[in-house]
Amino acid sequence: MTEITLIEGLRQAMDEELARDEDVFIVGEDVGPRGGVFRATMGLFEKYGAERVMDSPLAELSIVGVGIGAALYGMRPICEIQFADFIHPAFNQIVSEAAKMCYRSNGDWTVPMVIRAPYGGGIGGGLYHSQSVESFFAHVPGLKVVIPSTPYDAKGLLKSAVRDPNPVMVFEPKKGYRLIKGDVPEDEEVLVPLGKAKVTREGTDLSVFAYGMMHHYCLEAAETLAGEGVQVEVVDLRSLLPLDKAAVLESVRKTGKALVVYEDNLTCGYGAEIAAIVADEGFTFLDAPVKRLAGPDVPAMPYSHPLQDWFMLNPDKIAAAMSDLAAY
Amino acid sequence: MATKVIMPQLGESVVEGTVTRWLKHPGDDIQEFEPLVEINTDKVDTEVPSPASGVVLKVYVEEGETVEAGRLLAVIGKAGEAAPEAPDGATQKVKAGSTQPAKAKPAETQPVPSGSTQPGRSKDLGFISPVVARMASEHQLDLSLIEGTGRGGRITKKDVQAYIEKGGASAPPAAPWEEPASGELFRPSEEVFGPASGWRGDGGKGKAGEIEPLGPVRKAIADHMLRSKQTSPHVTTVMEADLSRVVAHRQAHKGEFERDGVRLTFSAYFAAAAVQALKAVPIANASLTEGGIQYHGQVNLGMAVSLGEDGLIVPVIKNADQLSLRGLASALEDLAGRARTRQLQPEEVQGGTFTITNHGVTGSLFATPIINQPQSGILGVGAIQKRVVVVESQTPGGDRTDGIAIRPMVYLTLTFDHRIMDGAIGDAFLGHVVKTLETWG
Amino acid sequence: MAVTQEAQSVLSKETTLEMYWTMLLARRLDERAWVLHRQGKIAFHISGIGHEAAQVGAAFALRRGSDWFVPYYRDLALLLALGMTPTEFMLGLMGKKGEPNSGARQMPSHWSLRRANVVSHSSPVSTQTTHAAGIGLAMKLRGDDGVAITSVGEGGTSQGEWYEGVNWAAVHKLPVIFFVENNNYAISVRRELQMGVDSVADKAKGLGLVGVSVDGLNVQEVYRVVSEAAKRARTGEGPTLVEARVNRMTPHSSDDDDRTYRSKEELDVMKRDDPLTRFQAQLIEDGLLDQEQADAMDARAKKAVDEATKHAAEAPYPSDEEATYPVYVEDVRHD
Repeated sequence: MTEITLIEGLRQAMDEELARDEDVFIVGEDVGPRGGVFRATMGLFEKYGAERVMDSPLAELSIVGVGIGAALYGMRPICEIQFADFIHPAFNQIVSEAAKMCYRSNGDWTVPMVIRAPYGGGIGGGLYHSQSVESFFAHVPGLKVVIPSTPYDAKGLLKSAVRDPNPVMVFEPKKGYRLIKGDVPEDEEVLVPLGKAKVTREGTDLSVFAYGMMHHYCLEAAETLAGEGVQVEVVDLRSLLPLDKAAVLESVRKTGKALVVYEDNLTCGYGAEIAAIVADEGFTFLDAPVKRLAGPDVPAMPYSHPLQDWFMLNPDKIAAAMSDLAAY
Repeated sequence: MATKVIMPQLGESVVEGTVTRWLKHPGDDIQEFEPLVEINTDKVDTEVPSPASGVVLKVYVEEGETVEAGRLLAVIGKAGEAAPEAPDGATQKVKAGSTQPAKAKPAETQPVPSGSTQPGRSKDLGFISPVVARMASEHQLDLSLIEGTGRGGRITKKDVQAYIEKGGASAPPAAPWEEPASGELFRPSEEVFGPASGWRGDGGKGKAGEIEPLGPVRKAIADHMLRSKQTSPHVTTVMEADLSRVVAHRQAHKGEFERDGVRLTFSAYFAAAAVQALKAVPIANASLTEGGIQYHGQVNLGMAVSLGEDGLIVPVIKNADQLSLRGLASALEDLAGRARTRQLQPEEVQGGTFTITNHGVTGSLFATPIINQPQSGILGVGAIQKRVVVVESQTPGGDRTDGIAIRPMVYLTLTFDHRIMDGAIGDAFLGHVVKTLETWG
Repeated sequence: MAVTQEAQSVLSKETTLEMYWTMLLARRLDERAWVLHRQGKIAFHISGIGHEAAQVGAAFALRRGSDWFVPYYRDLALLLALGMTPTEFMLGLMGKKGEPNSGARQMPSHWSLRRANVVSHSSPVSTQTTHAAGIGLAMKLRGDDGVAITSVGEGGTSQGEWYEGVNWAAVHKLPVIFFVENNNYAISVRRELQMGVDSVADKAKGLGLVGVSVDGLNVQEVYRVVSEAAKRARTGEGPTLVEARVNRMTPHSSDDDDRTYRSKEELDVMKRDDPLTRFQAQLIEDGLLDQEQADAMDARAKKAVDEATKHAAEAPYPSDEEATYPVYVEDVRHD
């Protein structure tokens, strides 16, 4: 086992997949010699060359559109969008084209591609370098959406995403790129299946569902609650579409209380769907109302430090919400 | 707090009972399980054992009086404790099929006060959440007895769990379907719905020199077994079945069944095979009466379920011949689950025309079960074991040759009533069961 | 369908007649679709009448069966040239079970034909342009000598998506032909309100690739220009923007009434310049066809259309269940 950062997990995943399958290639802005503005593709250009680690024009729409074309021809592009905040021009290609291609051609044409982008705030990025966009895409049948929170899952989910024959969006919590460290095995293939959540801390008193950086904050908050005698079960969703619904319901069945935590704006954020599912299918398990703790409903995360802190969730805010729910 | 004793419902369509003799009177001490009163119904005369230890506080029904099932008969409590004056009408009706628990502290058998099973505001109980309402319903709890530690004093799930753990309710014993019992322990249905007799079937303490009297349940079982053997000449025939195809079929389909919420167990296959054999060999689905052989039109298949210390119960799948494999699997799961939680209706343990018992789960390879009167046969299922068997195959040249294979095998035993069936018929039946299993799919 | 030879300047008689036949069949099918719509028998039709020469000329200039095609909704003649059958078109028109473009999931004329390398396209205009660039990119990466051709109307060249696809192909010298069927109308909006240049081909200069404008009513001219573009693509010289000037002789679609924005006189001029009648006249003049043969072909076309219409009308609709899949590749059924 070696300890690596989350971004190193992503880099290793891409390195291994490029080595394994010559149809895999990376395309995006600054991914080549620069190695990516976050260094996610560092060293890969030198190793695999310009045809496999390709710098694109500054045009997110065509990063995805051209990627779709290549995928239709049989290749396996990994399209990098530099910041999730800039994915919006590509929305048309992702939603109108990638998501619908298989369905509209009755399976004749498929799009085996990965679109990966760093998302989330807390890094002083202001309105346009901090957005969470997962709810837009988790809403679209035909896409898959995953969000790793650990280096192991980052590596395993990205590798699985590359091998999946459907278009898969991989949103990476940029705050955790170097902050989150974890072990990966050296000599075995790391593959994490899409569609599976993970219980990362077992508990009996309440269930908290989260993903990305929020998952780590929830673990910290759960530790605090343990000191108060409350045992919180923490579930890292990992896969937003398809969702591991059985894991969610099983946890609620066990604890009777559900708290959904997400960094995105509260209204119509992804966690709202979890809450709806629990309220509907887990109704008779519930000992308390289903609670959501999320970002405030303002257009985006502000830049100035105190304003950013006001927007962002943190372990203290989460612990307070857990305490409150536990006492219900 | 006082414990109520109610008139039990004994058997299908029995709606009332008569108090024939009070064995204890107000002011008497009484031990839990000690017979309190003798009652008589259309079907049976029996004793009602006390649900609690204490003092008989009050008796509400006179000797010779006939009252409906569910009616309050007496109250047991602490000396000097006040007893309710008269039964309060509507809430006395016990839910059909509910039983008093055999072990630990008995719960109130009266239903949960109206309003408290509905989630929502109740003046006295505070907010009742969905899970609390469900648990109360499942365990038949009186929420007014449970202390609330939640916000605003509401009863939380943990409060209910704690209450149950302390013995406030009958926690259902673990008696999973595939667990079983030895084939001889039968508990006549009346006994199940009668008063809890609480016999502890631990085989006795075995103190040398002591004589341990039989409890009522043990006595009933002993009587039934003897009666059965005295009624029917028992003969048992044995065959074995290769379950390879059943195993393969189950493997291929259990996922799909589970998606529909049905557990596909091996028992379902044995049930299905037995049902088909009963249709093919109708005399196995018959009873010998005074007038002659009565062929039963429908196949009501009894499946023996162990209730641990409480012995055995045999829920019956009515019209089993009209059910598919899926239907049988679903019915088995449902009946087993409710047998476990004592929620079977009296009709569900009566009217069987044939019985299957599974002694294999405790390791028995094959056994010779006793017929469940007034039926004429009983199928025993042994342990499923991988064994080496000889299989015939063809060489490339077309010659027949013997080879060795490892197969999941099971011994099946049929005990039949030799008054109406002979060995050939018994073997025809059993052979049919084997053939169905071996050619499944 | 015979695979055409590379950049032939002289077409054989056989091929020439085949081109005419394809244009004729397209026209008759298209006309029948209008009739069916006005009879209330179909819900929607979007027409290619007037575009046939451009599409057939382009198709015949490429390697049908191995090159890749990313068309748009007016390309009926193109699809017929690539092997789609009249019955297949009619099934799509009527939304019947098993229609090859989408299993009746898409509106009519939203083409997809895997066996002929025709990529599925959608309704948002010009989304397919970047796909063509991507296909060209993959061809280049794999070292294949294929060509990808994609078509739009001139309105489509206003979309940002179109520019991004063309730009990318120009940067990497991809083997792509950007075919623009300029009929001067984007529904009702005339070319002058659509672009600052006079000819779409002029946009090429600003993007760094070769731009050619051709008379799209002349099938042999289009054939020549596209053949040259294909050669350019296959030899690594990069993409070409080909503007084929055509006439849209009908309203935009069955939901449009073009009398609200163009005059009868204008339509009369178009009729006079009808590429089908012009080509027929030329073939007769060149001695490749006589009137009797022309009439026989006409009768054959009518018969083909009648049969296709009948087959499709009798075919069943898909079951409700077919709407539920395939959302993911895992759900694809190969019946």
